[in-house]
Amino acid sequence: MRKVSIIGIGQIPVGEHWDLSVRHIAYHAIAAALEEAGTDQVDALFVGNMLSGALLSQEHLGTLIADFCGFRNVETAKIESACSSGASALRVGHMAVASGMHDVAVVCGVEKMTDTTGENTTAGLATAADAEYESAHGVTFVGLNALIMQRYMYEFDVPLDGFAGFSINAHRNGAHNANAMFQKPISLDTYLNAPLIATPINIMDSSPVCDGAAAAVLVASERVGDFVTGHHPGAVQILASASANDTIALHDRRDPLFLEAAYASSQKAYVESGVTPADISFFELHDAFTIMSALSLEATGYARRGEGWHLAADDAIGPNGRIPISTMGGLKSRGHPVGATGMYQIVETVQQLRGEAGEGQIANASIGMAQNIGGSGATIVTHILGS
Amino acid sequence: MSIASLWRTRQQRYSLEGEICPDCRKAIFPPRDVCPHCSEAAGPLHTMSGRGEVYSYTKMFNVPNGFLAQRPYTMALVKLEEGPMVTAQLTDISDEEVEIGMPVEMVTRKLREEGDNGEIVYGYKFRPVFAAGD
Repeated sequence: MRKVSIIGIGQIPVGEHWDLSVRHIAYHAIAAALEEAGTDQVDALFVGNMLSGALLSQEHLGTLIADFCGFRNVETAKIESACSSGASALRVGHMAVASGMHDVAVVCGVEKMTDTTGENTTAGLATAADAEYESAHGVTFVGLNALIMQRYMYEFDVPLDGFAGFSINAHRNGAHNANAMFQKPISLDTYLNAPLIATPINIMDSSPVCDGAAAAVLVASERVGDFVTGHHPGAVQILASASANDTIALHDRRDPLFLEAAYASSQKAYVESGVTPADISFFELHDAFTIMSALSLEATGYARRGEGWHLAADDAIGPNGRIPISTMGGLKSRGHPVGATGMYQIVETVQQLRGEAGEGQIANASIGMAQNIGGSGATIVTHILGS
Repeated sequence: MSIASLWRTRQQRYSLEGEICPDCRKAIFPPRDVCPHCSEAAGPLHTMSGRGEVYSYTKMFNVPNGFLAQRPYTMALVKLEEGPMVTAQLTDISDEEVEIGMPVEMVTRKLREEGDNGEIVYGYKFRPVFAAGD
């Protein structure tokens, strides 16, 4: 297997792009990534997306986007694994290049969530759960996360403001990211007074519905020299790429309060890269809800079961903390365009490793981890990148 | 859910019909081809008692299409006494009453309806178990 490097990244600011179609926002990200990579050669395009069929009545997204990027005779496919579609697409691109089947693969995560009503989007998101035994009873994704959070607070005696630090950290960091949806810090008061969506989850625990697209160009590391010349910002290597599943339904988990798939995929990634949690400069975790930040930190080795919420403070997760998280705003502040999120995490990880994160730059960032969660913890994809 | 899917799953929604694994003897809901506990072939069918307790709950204010008329409602993870956990709404209950660990029992209620001409879906919800004399 060949090692794989990222030689170009692109993204469109996360937000409500009513004036642009899914094809346009994807093109924006892909064109920017290819321009940076300095190549016209594209052997394959893998598109990570969750909801184009449900919300836009548009499937066959790989070829639609390839077509509108002007690609012909290129391998294309849409990769879907709910909210982890973006990272799953990166993993397919990684396998394509690592195996030697392709020399240049483009991966784009894209989602257009604002073309329909909130109720339709909510129902679409619920398709990531078990349709016959979860969604059929009226539970939403916020609802599933609320069920986890309520039980977690009960078992580990967590106060109502126990998760506030995750949201405050994400918004403070997102304020420095020009591509973030919410570029504004929030206070503890804002968090405590936020309206409830599903008890105990309030709006400030929860990531927003939005549109977005982010892309990367992948080549074999041994061939980076053929592409990266002159003013190029430099290649970032994929040190590990791993994925693991758990039961699709939350109610079937061995322990609903532990992300076994996050544990499994991060352990695989640690072994593959030879990296330990202590070596990692920052961690782009899947903070779709604040409870997920706590569970992700526990499953990846940064806290014991039931103690992840203790890290919701600056000295642990802030830019100068022990393990900085959501350094560009995370899902909470940058936004969570579901199928695109995994690729935003990768693009931001590359920005940090190149030293291009501006005011949000993590000092001496050399190794970054990104973890993307599909469903209520059912598919979890972990990537470790190094400069 | 389609009409065909609703028909297929009627015994699960109306009577919590699951399975007992012939190898490891653990209860399974809903029926599966492969036992999630021991990976052997699952079966035979077994109807759950409908009794259980609340493992967790949430009062939902944002709800999907098909459930708007009932908003807000309380969802729960209910741990059945046979072992499996199910996701279902709580009913016949006030907000103050709900707590983790409270005993509940299955009842059949309307889950959703699709406008004037669509299907009306019935299935399991759970209500508190009242002790004799309550």
